[in-house]
Amino acid sequence: MRRTALALALLAPAVWADPTPQDIQRIMQRDFHPRGQATMERVVQDGVQRVCTETHDRPPPDLAKALEADQMKTIVYPEGSLMGDWRRGEAIAQGGRGLTWNDKPGDPAGGSCYNCHELSPRELSHGTIGPSLRRFGSARGSSSEVQRYVYGKVYNAKAYNVCSQMPRLGASGTLTSAQIKDLVALLLDPASPVNE
Amino acid sequence: MRLIAFAAALFASCAASAQDVGKEIQRYRPMVAAGSPAELFELPGEELWKKPQGPKNVSLERCDLGEGPGVLKGAYAHLPRYFKDADRVMDLESRLLYCMSTLQGRSRDEATARVFGSAERPSEFELLSIYIAGESRGVRIEPGMSQPKEKATYELGRALYFHRVGAWDFSCASCHGDEGKRIRMQELPVLYKPQYARPVIASWPAYRVSTSQVITLQWRMNDCYRQMRTPEPTFGSETTVALIHFLTVTARGEPYHGPGNKR
Repeated sequence: MRRTALALALLAPAVWADPTPQDIQRIMQRDFHPRGQATMERVVQDGVQRVCTETHDRPPPDLAKALEADQMKTIVYPEGSLMGDWRRGEAIAQGGRGLTWNDKPGDPAGGSCYNCHELSPRELSHGTIGPSLRRFGSARGSSSEVQRYVYGKVYNAKAYNVCSQMPRLGASGTLTSAQIKDLVALLLDPASPVNE
Repeated sequence: MRLIAFAAALFASCAASAQDVGKEIQRYRPMVAAGSPAELFELPGEELWKKPQGPKNVSLERCDLGEGPGVLKGAYAHLPRYFKDADRVMDLESRLLYCMSTLQGRSRDEATARVFGSAERPSEFELLSIYIAGESRGVRIEPGMSQPKEKATYELGRALYFHRVGAWDFSCASCHGDEGKRIRMQELPVLYKPQYARPVIASWPAYRVSTSQVITLQWRMNDCYRQMRTPEPTFGSETTVALIHFLTVTARGEPYHGPGNKR
């Protein structure tokens, strides 16, 4: 009897263990309902979300590298130049619509870029969660390598930093290839206000 | 309360003369600066609390918010907490829903058909929340943390806060995780740290100046998940209550000073 009590006492901490990401996912599947375009598969974590949750965004370097390589494979580069129109890019950077349950499916989305980044010096209302991108192109030029990096980073930020807080704007279907090209131009075109 | 006193005085003076009203408006201005328009919703909230409704045609006045049936003083400051009758942890809004069901005999579908209102017509939950929260002004925030289910709810809320999910891979901490960050011009409180959670939690529910709406913590959880691009969390669900409980426990000790103003 005493032994049973001891065994129970030893087991007790397990009851208080933090809920695992698997537990949370089951609870969310029970507590959430689909609405508009926000369907239930969105509460199912993929490998990136799972690992970043489990490690509090600090995965071991080997695992991070493997996941980043995996994410890199999702990036689809279009043929030809990756530079679109920086004026359209500015409008996309300003826009914050897209993928929420009250956005109309099929309507063009924004990139929500200014929510987190400083870009054009004319837009003072910018967030600070991400780094400032002012003079991004003046500092780096607009070679095809730099274009490819920016396109890829916007398409899937997790290919470069697996637990980045930046959404995978191309891979998630938020932005089209043409829109991402316009954002490449916003960052790299010498005429863009970002490079003033 | 001051605003309500003023509203009452305003009605009285309307009957008296236009000149008196002018004087009352002069008196009104500093009151607005000191208080919140949220207080204007306390009176309709109180009326709703006392209004017989539902198949049983009874009011919510016998609803037990944790301090005993009908006791409002300090009740909000001690929520969320475990309720034996429901065998779960409840925040104010899920508890109100429970009372609408048990006391008034209303169905969940009917009672939750319109949980978030508009500037023109706040919802029942919004009006009731403002009234009931106002009865906790000055009371220290001390949600339940002694019962096993309260501790489990807190742990669930904490895990949810850091759980990355949805089409944009966000967790609550994606925005509310580091100090000194903003979205556009909006400063982001790091809500898992007591010094940031305390002033924020102590002013909910609130009047939202930008939309002229009364907003509650259930609305806040709902609209954060909307922006996280997840499906919709069900009103009063364990997920929403756990997050509210986690945030409120983090804020404990702060004297409740709402209903407040939000941007």
